[in-house]
Amino acid sequence: MCPMKSNRDRARTASGKSAALGKDIDLADYTDSAEEPSALADPSRLSSRDKKQMLQVGITLDDRDDRSGTFIQLDNTPLCSSTSQPGIEVMAISQAREKYDWLADYWWQAVAVDADKYTARVELNRANGYFIRALPGYKTIYPVQSALYLSTPRLAQNVHNIVIAEEGSELHIINGCTTSLVGQSGLHLGVSEFYIKKGARVTFTMLHSWNPEIAVRPRSGAIVEEDGLFLSNYVLMKPVRSLQMNPITRCVGERATVRYNSVIAAAKGSSLDVGSRAVLDARGAKAEIISRAITTGGNITTRGYIAGNAPEVKGHLECRGLILNKGGMIYAIPELKGTLADIDLSHEAAVGKIAEEEIEYLMARGLTPAEATATIVRGFLKVDIEGLPPSLSTKLQQAIKASEKDIL
Amino acid sequence: MLKIRQLTVEVGGKEIIHRVNLTIKTGETEVLFGPNGSGKTTLLAAIMGLPKYQVTSGSITFRGKDITGLSLDERARLGIGMAFQRPPVVRGVKTQDMLTACFGKRRGKPDVIQLAREANLEDFLDRDVNYQFSGGEIKRSEMMQLLAQRPELVLLDEPGSGVDLVNIALIGRLINELLEKDCPILERRCMGLIITHSGDILNYVNARNGYVMVDGRIIGEGDPHEILKTIREVGYERCRKCAR
Repeated sequence: MCPMKSNRDRARTASGKSAALGKDIDLADYTDSAEEPSALADPSRLSSRDKKQMLQVGITLDDRDDRSGTFIQLDNTPLCSSTSQPGIEVMAISQAREKYDWLADYWWQAVAVDADKYTARVELNRANGYFIRALPGYKTIYPVQSALYLSTPRLAQNVHNIVIAEEGSELHIINGCTTSLVGQSGLHLGVSEFYIKKGARVTFTMLHSWNPEIAVRPRSGAIVEEDGLFLSNYVLMKPVRSLQMNPITRCVGERATVRYNSVIAAAKGSSLDVGSRAVLDARGAKAEIISRAITTGGNITTRGYIAGNAPEVKGHLECRGLILNKGGMIYAIPELKGTLADIDLSHEAAVGKIAEEEIEYLMARGLTPAEATATIVRGFLKVDIEGLPPSLSTKLQQAIKASEKDIL
Repeated sequence: MLKIRQLTVEVGGKEIIHRVNLTIKTGETEVLFGPNGSGKTTLLAAIMGLPKYQVTSGSITFRGKDITGLSLDERARLGIGMAFQRPPVVRGVKTQDMLTACFGKRRGKPDVIQLAREANLEDFLDRDVNYQFSGGEIKRSEMMQLLAQRPELVLLDEPGSGVDLVNIALIGRLINELLEKDCPILERRCMGLIITHSGDILNYVNARNGYVMVDGRIIGEGDPHEILKTIREVGYERCRKCAR
């Protein structure tokens, strides 16, 4: 049986299937066709406006010395892909499919093609995206950067990415998704599959910056083998109309580890349903899910799910939500599921406004009420991420800091 | 100089402090004794200006300025600082960032490492403020923050409680530094008011005068060591009876 055909059949069956979570989006409101730009050998030739927008999500195009590779997709067309380090491959997924027959074995293995109508649409539209691979034993010195850029009004940007870290390799990726659209609608459908082989490490830092008319439906899945590590970070600080994502990682090898960190902010009019799931299926596997959610008027559902199905697995889930005095809602749903006695799963969740006594404590040190609030909010959004290279950590904090004024 | 005149303070609509008078001259340190619930912490909090503690009558004058109507942060910026007895944990805010905040808008940058070294808290700079600190560590952290803030009126709420013998000597040294005890009295800018329940801190800090507060009233004053001796001999119950 041809797996590609099978995937398409399954996608057709699911093409009308609403997602289990999040507001349903009428796909008929969006078009798939956009003007196809010609390939660009040098991404620094993009307009300064586009480069500035991409910089907001950590993509640096003028000086790429501290990047191991670059991939840019404009709407539904890959614009450029390059790599500057041996052992690291960066190319459009369409190109990778032509180059590697074996890629079919990975296709839709970490994300179900028939999960919902969004995954189905990505398959049925033969979506492009990036293919990033670290060959066995190779380690990225600098992160690979990938930008998914939406620039055509009412377009559904369909993306299918595959990341493979071969045995003993190490891959750091910064993925920025953003738009040049102002006050116009668009839809971003991004499927990302991660395969982390024995002893490999992947850190994936995703920064989003949309506009209040854009709907976003990422669909991500990861499979982590023995002694592998997947570290996934997500930051959304700018308004978006509707975002729903609930990525899943399956730890299938002994001592495989996954860590999810997310920092999200919802302005008035934004509706966010953001979760992370970890399924621990092998002895000694570990998961940590840490989320920080802040609302200045928007609605946030923040989810976390860890399932322990093997001996000596460990999981911890931490969910903290902050409601500033401007309305909004945060609904925290931490879930733990254990199927064995010999497991250790825990969670803590807290939602509320800033404690008055904390503000007063800082005021007693001479800070004004506004300064005290800003200091506490800044601290709330600061997530210490173990294992992230310093350059990415700095980028992450810069992205958060740049958006502080929108929140406060 | 700090002058408190006929001060009455309410908490949650209940009058806790009744027409209290108290004066602290620049360069001097006063001690406030009293049993649990007598109103000592309420008095300090009212001087600091914590919003929950409402002054319903009387006045607080600091360096000739009536500060009764000033907000908490305005008083802090005017030079009043307080070491909290049970400060809150502030998750996400690092202790070193708190020290920088305490330093305020003064010229230059605080030497946070030196401050931490003095308070024996070098390993705590990268930790969230008060998060998983022991009782003694909290006390030292409070003193360290005040050293960064450099207030001219230092309000200390039980600085020695829950602190072991080695660290209480350290706390004593930090208080003396805050209150400029190594300077001649006429050259000092600072003054202090220290609440103590057990009096242990008096072994390390010289105080000129002591007040006894019972049921929200100052019922006596005098040499702090004499007062402590009397309290140890006859207890607060006798003081309470005297007050009536």
